[in-house]
Amino acid sequence: MDNVLQMVWLIPFLPLIGFLINGLGRNSLSKRMSGIIGSGVILFSFLLSLYVFFNVKGGNSHLAHYFNLIDINSFTIGFDFQIDALSSLFLLIITGVGFLIHVYSTAYMHEEDGKDYAKYFAYLNLFVFSMLLLVMGGNYVILFIGWEGVGLCSYLLIGYWFKNVNYTNAAKKAFVMNRIGDLGFLLAVFWLLSKLGTTNFADVFANLSKLSATDITGITLLLFVGATGKSAQIPLFTWLPDAMAGPTPVSALIHAATMVTAGIYMIARSNVLYNLAPLTQQIIMWVGLATALLAATIALKQNDIKKVLAYSTVSQLGFMFLALGTGNYIAAVFHVMTHAFFKALLFLGSGSVIHGMHHEQDINNMGGLKSKMKITYITFFIGCLAIAGIPPLSGFFSKDSILIGAFEHNKVVYAIALFTACLTAFYMFRLLFITFNGKFRGTEKQWNHLHESPSAMTIPLIILAVLSAIAGFVNIPALFGGSESLTHFLSPVIQQTHQTTLSHTTEYMLMGGAVVLILAVILWAYIKFKNYEPKEETSAFGKTLENKWYVDELYNSILVKPLQAIAAFFNTIVEKKGIDGVVNGVGKAVNYGSRQIRLLQSGQIGNYVLLMVLGILVLFIIQLFF
Amino acid sequence: MNPQDVWITFPELLVWFPLLAGLVCFLFKDNSKVKSWVLLASIITLCISFASLYFSDDVKYLALNKASYTLKYMNNANFILGLDGMGRLLTLLTACAFPIIFVATYNTPYKRAKNFYGLMLLAQSGLMGVFTAMDAMSFYFFWELALIPVYFLSSQWGGERRIQATFKFFVYTFAGSLLMLIGIIYVYLHTININGNGHSFALYAFAGVRLEPSEQNWLFWLFFIAFAIKMPIFPFHTWQPDAYEQSPTATTMVLSGIMVKMGLFACLRWLLPIFPQATIKFDTIIIGLSVIGMLYASIIALKQDDLKRLVAYSSIAHIGLMCAGIFTKTEVGLQGVMLQMFCHGINIIGLWIVIELIERQTGVRKLSQLGGVAHKAPVLTILLVVIALANIALPLTNAFVGEFMLFNGLFAFNKWYAAAAGISIVLAAVYTLNMIQKVFYGEENSITTIIKEIALHEKIILSVVVVLIFLMGVYPQPMINLTKGTVEALMLKFN
Repeated sequence: MDNVLQMVWLIPFLPLIGFLINGLGRNSLSKRMSGIIGSGVILFSFLLSLYVFFNVKGGNSHLAHYFNLIDINSFTIGFDFQIDALSSLFLLIITGVGFLIHVYSTAYMHEEDGKDYAKYFAYLNLFVFSMLLLVMGGNYVILFIGWEGVGLCSYLLIGYWFKNVNYTNAAKKAFVMNRIGDLGFLLAVFWLLSKLGTTNFADVFANLSKLSATDITGITLLLFVGATGKSAQIPLFTWLPDAMAGPTPVSALIHAATMVTAGIYMIARSNVLYNLAPLTQQIIMWVGLATALLAATIALKQNDIKKVLAYSTVSQLGFMFLALGTGNYIAAVFHVMTHAFFKALLFLGSGSVIHGMHHEQDINNMGGLKSKMKITYITFFIGCLAIAGIPPLSGFFSKDSILIGAFEHNKVVYAIALFTACLTAFYMFRLLFITFNGKFRGTEKQWNHLHESPSAMTIPLIILAVLSAIAGFVNIPALFGGSESLTHFLSPVIQQTHQTTLSHTTEYMLMGGAVVLILAVILWAYIKFKNYEPKEETSAFGKTLENKWYVDELYNSILVKPLQAIAAFFNTIVEKKGIDGVVNGVGKAVNYGSRQIRLLQSGQIGNYVLLMVLGILVLFIIQLFF
Repeated sequence: MNPQDVWITFPELLVWFPLLAGLVCFLFKDNSKVKSWVLLASIITLCISFASLYFSDDVKYLALNKASYTLKYMNNANFILGLDGMGRLLTLLTACAFPIIFVATYNTPYKRAKNFYGLMLLAQSGLMGVFTAMDAMSFYFFWELALIPVYFLSSQWGGERRIQATFKFFVYTFAGSLLMLIGIIYVYLHTININGNGHSFALYAFAGVRLEPSEQNWLFWLFFIAFAIKMPIFPFHTWQPDAYEQSPTATTMVLSGIMVKMGLFACLRWLLPIFPQATIKFDTIIIGLSVIGMLYASIIALKQDDLKRLVAYSSIAHIGLMCAGIFTKTEVGLQGVMLQMFCHGINIIGLWIVIELIERQTGVRKLSQLGGVAHKAPVLTILLVVIALANIALPLTNAFVGEFMLFNGLFAFNKWYAAAAGISIVLAAVYTLNMIQKVFYGEENSITTIIKEIALHEKIILSVVVVLIFLMGVYPQPMINLTKGTVEALMLKFN
């Protein structure tokens, strides 16, 4: 293990080097070189991560300390990396999926000129670096460094095509909403520091007895506020759909597979803390459930291929939070993993479609693509089956373990979650059928141009499709005679409070019922959308969904506009007329006063004598009476 | 090294060398050579400052009872100069800032250049004096010495409304200084008579002065208002946006990068140790004002269209946080202030440089008229983005470490204050990203189409700023160690 510890710093360091080479050499590097460097460093990180992964099996946990970031008498914050089962699993997801997406990008971004191409890979490498810091950090501060770092990269990549004002607006919105969450996170860190004097995971979790119930509830809630920002939960979810302005591989990597799962990682990492905060857990469960449902309903009516996937991501993240809220941490992490595969696959598939359709994203203008894009179609189909939860694909196992946990916790929650799972199947297959079935509705030029993507794009699709299909087998429940390898692997780090007590018969029934329901929904979607014709939305409810429940409009009128009005009021009235007015007023008063007093010096002896007499009188009276 | 054995030591060098170099400027006949001279002089000062970090002992803060080199200034007032940790930090900032400013504005033509640069160096000398003075009278002397050159620089070389703006700035700060002078004289008359020499203006005598709480209560405000105007904090700030906007950019850099630190520095050196009881009594009011000021200035910054005014309001918010950090009287808060004074100085100078470079090329500072600069000047854009991110305290930039500690101190003082003040970091993201978007992104227009990539020396100097930002952001510990002794000495007053 010692050699592992000696080299773990290389895992984030390599992408950082890639960032520097591509960033500084962007004017001289050829596109080919940029792509090779950008993808190559991630491949090496992936190989190192694999090595680490096999070394932490059996519950090894290690802390690598490099130097002190802040060292004062009150506390010390070290630059520490923690290597254990949880972080190594995330390392694999980030570098593995990250590598595939880098390779895919080399083809997807080929139209960019050399400088921008290098810039793109520099940003992408920087993102991977930040994300690795996030999951490797040995304390909340290092985690936070990565946490804000990924937010920055997300900002840079959403606004990658910076000439378009809408895109830079989306980038700004993402950053600011993340910042709101980050404030909560920071306050939680300060709270920990003021009570415990440390932010090291191990020290915090060992000293929880020093915290009062209020402290724990406060800290966990504030951390969760941070998670709602990064992982796009109510009320801070509206940035993620807008973030689709970025290049599609970015959406796959950052806004589906990795960054948005940071909140889940953080809470799973803090599981010991959350187990002591039942109120926070309740809130997380309901917020997760509400987000899952809300986003799924919106996804039903979206016509932009990426927007559907974006709302689907928000919804799936909601499922993960639902699992966290029920103390079912391993199910959440399991779903992070399977979701990383099938959602990256779906996004890359949509990228392949967009690429083939020459930057067309409206599914109303697609249809019948399966004849010209076989690989994309088949892999996309597998992705849809996986996300819908059809056995034995990966999504089935991970979603099932979330649903079972919900069932044991609260039957109403289970019912709503199951309903949401049905909506998931419906909107995903709606997307699939409208895009790939029926007849083509675009222009003739588009149809002639339409082609399958190059192998740099299709090979990642195929690999991800295979992973989406089989990844569920890492955690086959005991029900099917599985060994629950993932659960055993993670158990040294995670104190799961949820333990299934259901009989096998009940479990079979729940599972079977869910699968039958979902299959029925898919069939319904097939009948409804196999020969789809676009038409204007007429029903009021449909319009509300199409307009995303008007959440953006609501935020605009209750937050943005009032803030602008206050700012204008402060700027023109309070600042200029009020405070500065008083300051200038003092100056004017002095000026005026001296002008008046000057008049006393009139030069007329009579006046002076009169004033003198008056003065003497006043003094005399004072003497007499006081 | 025994102070008595040497004729001149580092604090003296740091004060007198820029003064002499500045006076030499006025003798130049040729305006073009003066630029090279001031650059050379400021680099020598920087070397002296580096040397002082390595070759001189840390003067024990508050315990200094021997002047290293004294000059009779008036009865019982000496030029006692000394360098403790905090003094080293701020003299280092002053020494770093001037070469950066001179290089960055090398291509900016100033009329009567020899006068301009001479006054700049005089201001540097005054600032060095403020940060090394260990005697109240010499402190007051340097406090004014720093102000007067800046007044002339702004009123002679400034923008259209310079007379109005600098007059207000001067009268406002000068009025504050007079209050402080009254306070200094009062405290002087209450210092303990040591060795039968009569009263003393020395810092150790001031720090040992015994004052009734009722006396402390009003004396505290005489000093604090002078310092608050200088920082400035809400509601004493209205001179500042006008002064920043109207001063020539080189002077604005001195004003915002270093001079505003005088107010913070003075609180740490001349307020907390002398009036500890009053400090404890009024901490809530002052932190309250600071937090209100942070939010107020951040909200106003949202509405600014002029780049200079935007940075000015953003700076008021940052200074508010530092002021709050001082009055938390916590170790982490005080360490945060120390570090942040340096970081803020470097970062805001970086911001001014970018604004200057844009304005010099386009003649425009309005957000609404700019756009698309990223396409024309990618290097400038990248450097600006890094500096702007430091302005919003992104992790791994220097300001993150400082703000992290400051907010920590504020949280330890009162959670709710920290939460309210925290809103300003969200607002900071809004106005900073807005600025980046409006100036650098989007399509270029008729004004920005003439922009060219910046010159090599400008790239280098901005890169220096950027490297400093990351260096201090990743490994701030040497800076923290520098001021550890000062913070510990201050903390003794409150335990």
